[in-house]
Amino acid sequence: MAELAIELTGVNKYFGEVHANKNISFAVAKGSIHGIIGENGAGKSTLMSILYGYYQADSGSIRLNGQEVRIRNSHDAIARGIGMVHQHFMLVDTFTVLENIVLGAEQGVALKQSLQAARDHLAALNRDYGLQVDPDAIVGELGVGEQQRVEILKALYRGADVLILDEPTAVLTPQEADDLFRILRLLKAQGKTVLLITHKLREVLDITDAVTVMRAGEIVGNVVTADVGKEDLADLMVGRKVNLQLDKAPARLGKTVLQVSNLSLTDARGVKLLDDVSFELHAGEIVGIAGVSGNGQSELLEILSGMREASAGSVRYNGTELTTLQTREPKAAAYRRLGIAHVPEDRSREGLVKDFSTFENAILGYHDDPAIQRGLLFNRKAIIERCRRFISEFDVRPANAFRRSGLFSGGNQQKVILAREIDSDPQLMLIGQPTRGVDIGAIEFIHKRLMALRNAGKALLLVSVELDEILALSDRIIVMNAGRVSGELPAAQATATELGLLMGGHK
Amino acid sequence: MSQPSNLPRWATLWLMPVLNLFAALLVSGLVITLIGEDPVECLQLMINGAFGYPEGIGYTLFYTTSFIFTGLAVAAAFHAGLFNIGGEGQMYLAGLGVTLVCLGLDFLPGWVVIPLALLASMVFGAAWAFIPGYLQAKRGSHIVVTTIMFNFIASALMTWLLVDKLIMPGSQTPATRLFAESAWIPMLHELAANLGVELPQTPLNATFFLALLALVLFYLMVWRSHWGYTLRTVGLNEKAARYAGMPVSKVIIVAMCFSGALAGLAAVNELLGSTHRMNLAFTNGIGFVGIAVALMGRNHPFGILLSALLFGALTQGGLDLSFEKPAITHEMIILTQGLIILFCGALENLFQTPLALAFKQMTKR
Repeated sequence: MAELAIELTGVNKYFGEVHANKNISFAVAKGSIHGIIGENGAGKSTLMSILYGYYQADSGSIRLNGQEVRIRNSHDAIARGIGMVHQHFMLVDTFTVLENIVLGAEQGVALKQSLQAARDHLAALNRDYGLQVDPDAIVGELGVGEQQRVEILKALYRGADVLILDEPTAVLTPQEADDLFRILRLLKAQGKTVLLITHKLREVLDITDAVTVMRAGEIVGNVVTADVGKEDLADLMVGRKVNLQLDKAPARLGKTVLQVSNLSLTDARGVKLLDDVSFELHAGEIVGIAGVSGNGQSELLEILSGMREASAGSVRYNGTELTTLQTREPKAAAYRRLGIAHVPEDRSREGLVKDFSTFENAILGYHDDPAIQRGLLFNRKAIIERCRRFISEFDVRPANAFRRSGLFSGGNQQKVILAREIDSDPQLMLIGQPTRGVDIGAIEFIHKRLMALRNAGKALLLVSVELDEILALSDRIIVMNAGRVSGELPAAQATATELGLLMGGHK
Repeated sequence: MSQPSNLPRWATLWLMPVLNLFAALLVSGLVITLIGEDPVECLQLMINGAFGYPEGIGYTLFYTTSFIFTGLAVAAAFHAGLFNIGGEGQMYLAGLGVTLVCLGLDFLPGWVVIPLALLASMVFGAAWAFIPGYLQAKRGSHIVVTTIMFNFIASALMTWLLVDKLIMPGSQTPATRLFAESAWIPMLHELAANLGVELPQTPLNATFFLALLALVLFYLMVWRSHWGYTLRTVGLNEKAARYAGMPVSKVIIVAMCFSGALAGLAAVNELLGSTHRMNLAFTNGIGFVGIAVALMGRNHPFGILLSALLFGALTQGGLDLSFEKPAITHEMIILTQGLIILFCGALENLFQTPLALAFKQMTKR
């Protein structure tokens, strides 16, 4: 048996009544890449937070390199050679790479000495791991992939032997992800240990040596990657048979529902967020918009749903010009009345009010509906009944209309939003990141619902950063890069590689 | 990363405010000990002063009435995500509305003047809150800053009016003449006398019932109506409100007007219910106490009823106490109020962690 870098035995963590980690025991071999997968809320993040010292385990032991340790805070973790690359980078945008790396690890009084020492050290790290980061570049001007490498450098600079990466590819193009994997392999070759937290099965299969699968706070499997396939892992994660393949009947296109022409959006600083975007959408089809997040997809959804005004261009919906539409109420309300439903990208910040009970969120945006008014007050009974219908039709768990929405898992929150929007019987459905932070079981369900909507002759515009999702659902794919449409192709002919190149604007 | 709260709901809603209140009383007790008085005796005197005899109860409920209105005013704005510190000024301006109606239309019968005065108090209070609301919604000027400034403007404006324009001719005191008796809101002891029940003379008047009605209406409007739904959505999550197609600016402005109107009603209790004329600085901090009342009452009508009662009792019991014990001045009562605000507002979650630990120990066993 190889030497062990990390060994956890019987680790438990409670949050009040919630048993977030149940009796966790697993070991990671030194110099390996170890994947930790599980649905949202399976306890991966809690476990990693225990390793990195954010939380203390209520019981159990942690051994690093064979030695029992107590990790009280992140300083402890760093001192013991554990480094963490967060999903959201912890960098100061206006500082250079070098300054960011030294930040918090300065030596002596004068910054200059620290910087010079760091510069030499960094050059060595850069060389050893092929990271190719310019130490004098301003972090804010770097691409996402490079910023991530700065985070990795930061951890290595602090002497990390164990590197924890939390969903590292969530913000990367496929090519950037490949670059990252190349670096991780180099790290492994140099004897570093990598812990990779992810929910993307393909990545786990590609790069890890061993995988720990978590479900509902427990470990349900410790497997050698070479011995398993995608389906096996998915089944383990969900705890039942999962059908990852979606039945896609040929699309029966109807009339043109949406016609976007030369749409542009310039922000206050004069930056073009959308640049001359044009496309069409027909009844009975799903058009997927692929792209790394932050390339104009969000702004496009905001304009089409009436939450934001375009700077130029036209949007025709069922023959009505939307950009010049005169309304007394806010446009978002008017569009909804015209039959445009919207599942927003940022579910918890836009799609619902976390502090509301679920029945209150079941009417958000449709609170004007005469069916739920009774004189000057709401017809509370009708609202609760409607919410109960949503809950049973969309299998929301726990089935409690009075529970605060914020207490539900991401998948169940999304089901409530989806139920609400589908229930309005829309002509056009705008959907942003339908399955972000949603567990596999719910993804399957949500995809089936969206497909059913398309087969019922509705027009769907799908924005997602998950290429697999775009490929599985769409009939046609539009790729966006830097606010422009960088390509449009039928889904049947699209491959991940080709889309990746278009997403990076390389074509 | 913050750990999720481990406390059951009832503990957050009931236990924590009570503990906070006790902590405030404990510190007050220490101060009282330091100035050489017996805190237990003082507390007894205070409770007795507030609830121990019919007259005391009458005064307590009179103060409670005003605090309910200003507390509701703060809560109304709070539910729209706004912190209205301007209740004092809004109430002051509402007093002007009441006064103008009562002085200008005193040839009319009471059943015309009183409703008009009520309306005027709400309109004037709302108008004074409208401006900061408008500035917040359309210009992004922070409501806390503008409402504070509007308190000062109101104070200056009213001083000028009372000293220069509205003062009773020939008088040296900056106060208006008495309103016509027909415009006085009936006192509770008068109403009771009509029914053959004898109550002691206190300023407690029919406005008290209006305050109770306001509590119920507030609940229905905020939690059971379409309007309250948009109000709370804007307050809890403005992005979601925009997503839902709600006119956010309009909701903010209307919420401030609603808030100002409620603060305005407190002036009715003071002027039509008790003094029957407008004095300089008649608001006497009632608008500010409303902030504490709302904070302690968790912005819910039921909580506001209880905390308004507490502050009413503090005011009345405190007055009695300073009468009995010359060493305990009015400032001591203000200190106690301040401590309550400190513990219930700023240090609201002081006992959360120890309580959570205690609960954990209990559940483990």
